[in-house]
Amino acid sequence: MAFLELAGLKKSFGDLQVVNDFSLNVDQGEFISFLGPSGCGKTTVLRMVAGFEEPSAGSIKVGGTEVTGLKPNERDMGMVFQAYALFPNMTVAQNIGFGLKVRGTPKADIKPRVVEMLKIIQLEQLGDRYPYQLSGGQQQRVALARALAPSPKLLLLDEPLSALDAKVRVSLRDEIRSIQKRLGITTIFVTHDQEEALSISDRIVVMHGGVAQQVATPFEIYNRPSTKFVANFVGTLNVLEGTVVDSALGKVRVNNDEISLKQSLNGAKNGDAVSLALRPEAMALGDYKGHDSELHGKIADVSFLGSVIRVRVNLGKETIALDTFNNSRTPPPNVGDNAKVTFTSNDLLVLQ
Amino acid sequence: MTRFIAWTVFLFGCLFFVLPLLGLTEFSLSMRREGYTFDAYRVVLADPQFRATFLYSVMAAVMTIIMGVLIVVPTAYWVRLKMPWLRPVVEFITLLPLVIPAIVIVFGYIRLYNTSSVLPLMGSTAGTTVLLICGFTVLALPYMYRAVDTGMRTIDIKTLTEAAQSLGAGWFTILFRIILPNVLVAVLSGSFLTFAIVIGEFVFPALLNLPAFGPYMQIVGANKAYEPMALAVIAFTITWACMGLIQLVTRFQKHTQVKR
Ligand SMILES: Nc1ncnc2c1ncn2[C@@H]1O[C@H](COP(=O)(O)OP(=O)(O)O)[C@@H](O)[C@H]1O
Ligand SMILES: [Mg+2]
Repeated sequence: MAFLELAGLKKSFGDLQVVNDFSLNVDQGEFISFLGPSGCGKTTVLRMVAGFEEPSAGSIKVGGTEVTGLKPNERDMGMVFQAYALFPNMTVAQNIGFGLKVRGTPKADIKPRVVEMLKIIQLEQLGDRYPYQLSGGQQQRVALARALAPSPKLLLLDEPLSALDAKVRVSLRDEIRSIQKRLGITTIFVTHDQEEALSISDRIVVMHGGVAQQVATPFEIYNRPSTKFVANFVGTLNVLEGTVVDSALGKVRVNNDEISLKQSLNGAKNGDAVSLALRPEAMALGDYKGHDSELHGKIADVSFLGSVIRVRVNLGKETIALDTFNNSRTPPPNVGDNAKVTFTSNDLLVLQ
Repeated sequence: MTRFIAWTVFLFGCLFFVLPLLGLTEFSLSMRREGYTFDAYRVVLADPQFRATFLYSVMAAVMTIIMGVLIVVPTAYWVRLKMPWLRPVVEFITLLPLVIPAIVIVFGYIRLYNTSSVLPLMGSTAGTTVLLICGFTVLALPYMYRAVDTGMRTIDIKTLTEAAQSLGAGWFTILFRIILPNVLVAVLSGSFLTFAIVIGEFVFPALLNLPAFGPYMQIVGANKAYEPMALAVIAFTITWACMGLIQLVTRFQKHTQVKR
């Protein structure tokens, strides 16, 4: 049985349906990211789990117990906000101890726990500081410690890194993940940043328009996106529009080239249009060992990115991007040259 | 040229304020023919009536402040948190005491709570004092509400509330451990304003026949020459001390503000 069970969650604000039939099972100790563009309902789902929004329909269970009707202060969930939300009138130590104090933990037990949390976030020296004396990254670490101090059942983070600058964002992201692993706490992490989600999650929920589009590991999400939206949102993707020529043999025409697919065409019939997707790193210019399919076009654009060269090839109707590694012995192609793009047909994704 | 005009206006304004004050102070110091003296002040401060009425008014002011804080802080908090659309209405209501004369409120009280009414609060001095404090609270409402509401604008009420809730805090804890301490400076400046308004208030205690500082000043003013001037200077000093304290706590606030 899953530790956190979200079943058929719905939420409307007036006429606006923001979350539509959202279901998810999370195992104990799992790190789940909600990934999606702004306004897709990530925060709303998280707030329903935390108890700040009441679902219009559906249920939320933690450890097999229904919590849907409970108030936020009865749910025992730690929450970290984008804006840190430390209590300005309290010191760092008082902030971290607040959850324990509210629960009536004896003073003698609060102090060692606060010291322990300060050690975990590596701010042992700053217990007596006030929030306004800390940097953004330090404040967010304190907020994390404050949420974790009472050992909650769940840790909920709503874009906790968005207000920080790039360098701190990456280091704190790794820190959050390592603390989460160490404590083994079940975590939901909301973000609109795909790199963030891919780098720290056990599983990612890609959301769009209030619906979970795909729930899978980062590897699966990146390499086998199940919908066009996921494919487009996560990483760079070339989408080729083709027409089925022979559904039995898996033959599809893309511009003037024909490709044979071994994978299922999802029931498309002869003459139907299909969308095929391909990552830039799965293609090569010219023949390449193991590549069994090819497309022809003209070089449209060459950008030198250092170790990688991104080449854009015009296939007639579409332009696709592909990455090749820089090689000091072979200069990049010229714009306007004829180009043969090769790949393994197995790498093609048939989008629904 | 414009500078010159500005300075002239400024100077004129200063004279307008300062001259009468100077005259007042000068007169209050002239009880003896041979030179300046604090005799008038000595007489006033030694008067047991002065002490009694002043203490009574201070007590009333403190009670008013406590009552005002207990009413205004939760209201302003709740309106900001849950019913932001109601803010203009609440603001309008809190401004009403500026428009409705105090005398209207007093006569309302007298009609509602006289000795032959259902709730004869006016039967005893204690009961009448309760009415006085209620009236004062109404008088001070516009200032207290404004101060507290402005204070709440400087902190992120909603997120702080949610953070506290997720840590297990109930409403009482949130209000008194998180919200109140963070708007304390605003509450203090509202309190000093309230104090300054209430300490010399005349209409309420006079009509309710209570031994407060306002009516005492009026009685002294009607019967003596130098002493009322000394009283006026004392009252003025109290008011200005309150204003000074507001400035002081506002400066203190910068120290505890959240860095963004
Ligand atoms: N309290 C609310 N009242 C009305 N609409 C809301 C409210 N909260 C969120 N929304 C709307 O719900 C949609 C999803 O919001 P949100 O869950 O915050 O998205 P995300 O976190 O993915 O950016 C948005 O269109 C937003 O405008
Ligand atoms: Mg959001």
